[in-house]
Amino acid sequence: MSHSKSSMRTPLGRVRGLGSARSGTEHFWMQRVTAVANVPLSLFVIGLIITTAGSNYAAVKATLGSPLVAIPLILFVVSATWHMRLGMQMIIEDYVPAEGSKVVLLLANTFFSVAVGMGCVFAILKLSFGV
Amino acid sequence: MADSKPVSERPLSPHLQIYRPMLTMMMSIVHRITGAALFFGTLLMAWWLIAAASGPTAYATFQWFAGSIIGRLVLFGYTWALYHHMLGGIRHFIWDTGRGFGPGEREWLVRANLIGSIVLAVLTWIVAYAVRGGF
Repeated sequence: MSHSKSSMRTPLGRVRGLGSARSGTEHFWMQRVTAVANVPLSLFVIGLIITTAGSNYAAVKATLGSPLVAIPLILFVVSATWHMRLGMQMIIEDYVPAEGSKVVLLLANTFFSVAVGMGCVFAILKLSFGV
Repeated sequence: MADSKPVSERPLSPHLQIYRPMLTMMMSIVHRITGAALFFGTLLMAWWLIAAASGPTAYATFQWFAGSIIGRLVLFGYTWALYHHMLGGIRHFIWDTGRGFGPGEREWLVRANLIGSIVLAVLTWIVAYAVRGGF
């Protein structure tokens, strides 16, 4: 990205002909798609937490491992971590102007989101398959 | 490239310090803050699930935290943030359709957002205590 003041070309002139980034409205759209999914899924998770809150370990393990709980729970984890990655990306892009820090934080954002998501999914699968 | 700097002489749009704080603006900021809080709050969900998958000892540690005063405060805050962000999202869905932008409508929407989130969070905890006695 050249912002050199010596250039007489306009910002539009510099990018014209380079082709589109091919992602267009994807960020906006996936944020909305995951947001729609998150509404019923997080209500389900709140209900699940209420019903398992006072239970002993064996009961919690059995509940979390049953398919009708594990499947929506995995869907919630995937949708929520996807959504939060998109949201945090926007926050970073808004408030971190320095290119280096921005790239580092965007990487950390992706790694954190994927690690939390994978950790949760693995835990649910382990509870389901009981190994 | 090396001597390039972002062009800073261009006029900037007015920002926070220019405006009188308004409810719609505050709720927009809170929507972002609750989103960021929920981002880090997923660590709690990961702890809960991984502890359950690890065994009784690990799960007992999580239950000890969740049952402590600080744990309950954090979980209550998490519940409220989740509802606030969820209702804020629904508000954005309404705005996505092009409706609800009138002065009265948008005021009503953010008020419903704020009050609804507090009511739902308190109700959830009342139900949780009534059903299971909390963690």
